[in-house]
Amino acid sequence: MTHHEFKVKWGMVIDLDKCTGCGACMVACQVENNVAPMNDASNKLRTLTWMLVYELSNHKDFPEHETAFLPRPCMQCGAPSCVPVCPVVATDKNEEGGIVSQIYPRCIGCRYCMAACPYHARYFNWLDPVFPKGMDKTLTPEVSPRPRGVVEKCSFCHTRLNNARQRARAEDVDPLDFPVEWYQPACAEACPTGAITFGDLNNPKHEVNRLIKSPYAFRLLERLGTDPQVYYMSRRDWVRYQGDNHLAHEKH
Amino acid sequence: MKEMQIVRQSGGALAFLAGVLAALVIGWWIFPQVLFSKQEQPIRFSHQVHVVGQDMACDDCHFYREDGSFAGLPTNEKCGECHEDVMGEDPAEEKYVTEYYQEGKEVPWLIYQYQPDNVYFSHNAHQQYDCTECHPNLADNDSPPPYYRNRISGYSKDTMKMWRCERCHAQNHVSNACYVCHK
Repeated sequence: MTHHEFKVKWGMVIDLDKCTGCGACMVACQVENNVAPMNDASNKLRTLTWMLVYELSNHKDFPEHETAFLPRPCMQCGAPSCVPVCPVVATDKNEEGGIVSQIYPRCIGCRYCMAACPYHARYFNWLDPVFPKGMDKTLTPEVSPRPRGVVEKCSFCHTRLNNARQRARAEDVDPLDFPVEWYQPACAEACPTGAITFGDLNNPKHEVNRLIKSPYAFRLLERLGTDPQVYYMSRRDWVRYQGDNHLAHEKH
Repeated sequence: MKEMQIVRQSGGALAFLAGVLAALVIGWWIFPQVLFSKQEQPIRFSHQVHVVGQDMACDDCHFYREDGSFAGLPTNEKCGECHEDVMGEDPAEEKYVTEYYQEGKEVPWLIYQYQPDNVYFSHNAHQQYDCTECHPNLADNDSPPPYYRNRISGYSKDTMKMWRCERCHAQNHVSNACYVCHK
């Protein structure tokens, strides 16, 4: 797997101690990214959730029992597993900012990338998107809807980045270093507890640059070497421990 | 011997040339005509009347918004600043005012360079270029040119193809990463 480095690295730090599992990020994401509602959303083999909240448990009985919630967007890995397996270069990590792109009209729906992704961040359109009457008026013109037969995933609300760059050009600001409020993905914007912090990991002016240096910060399945641009934080040891797979004799 | 006879019976060189000619005519002349349907703009809008006659500048109507996005074609809000009522004697203007503006309907202009839904294009990133590097110059055009719509793809004949975007980006050492232009 090739490792990609960029001057700007858009990333996220999700504080799992602040996350209440309310799911506002999931809803905001679906609305922003034109994900059509399902006829039967209880069929989890067919649903499309670019942002998905997982429930973690410390598997202890009552007095010691604890729960945590883990929102999972696309990790925008530094060495993405999905990119080298794509036979048609429909997905790539080649843009400044390090967001892994997914070009729907180019995708042939082979789903190799879905098999390759260790985070299950990719979803296949088994059905044509159907927007109920009236709801079609709420579609975001900024995001192109996907037909049946292609794979899709979180893009860190990429058009918002393009719009922020456009605004930077209009206001004579460097398009690689604009105020972080100009570009925030829908999930970070919607989170009621402020658990999601978003920004350029390499930019010392951005909060995320400080947060990822915290001893409580970790990434999912770090030992695979995928180098994700999404970080998590928790002061609880058992939560951090579950961020990776461990052998029986290993200690955190 | 037998094969030679078959060749002679089928007409020889003349029939072959006629076939080639027919294929060329169909491929280069008839098919392109059939492929594109010719459409006219709903209103015969004259740039000449506005630019030359009224001395208007291009960016009076085709302007940038404050956030850097490009307004493209003007809407009723802009056109209505002058055309609230019929001003002249041109039947096209009367048609616009009575059938669209006063009815509160936007004109469904045909956009010659309409791009697919998954293209993100920022005019403001290309501000150093003249509009006519990509767009046809309509400034002194009296009646809008016909719009050719591809019957198969549904796109305009003038829609810029991806290779043109990519070539210009490559020549100017600008990134050709997918997400620079796609959404």
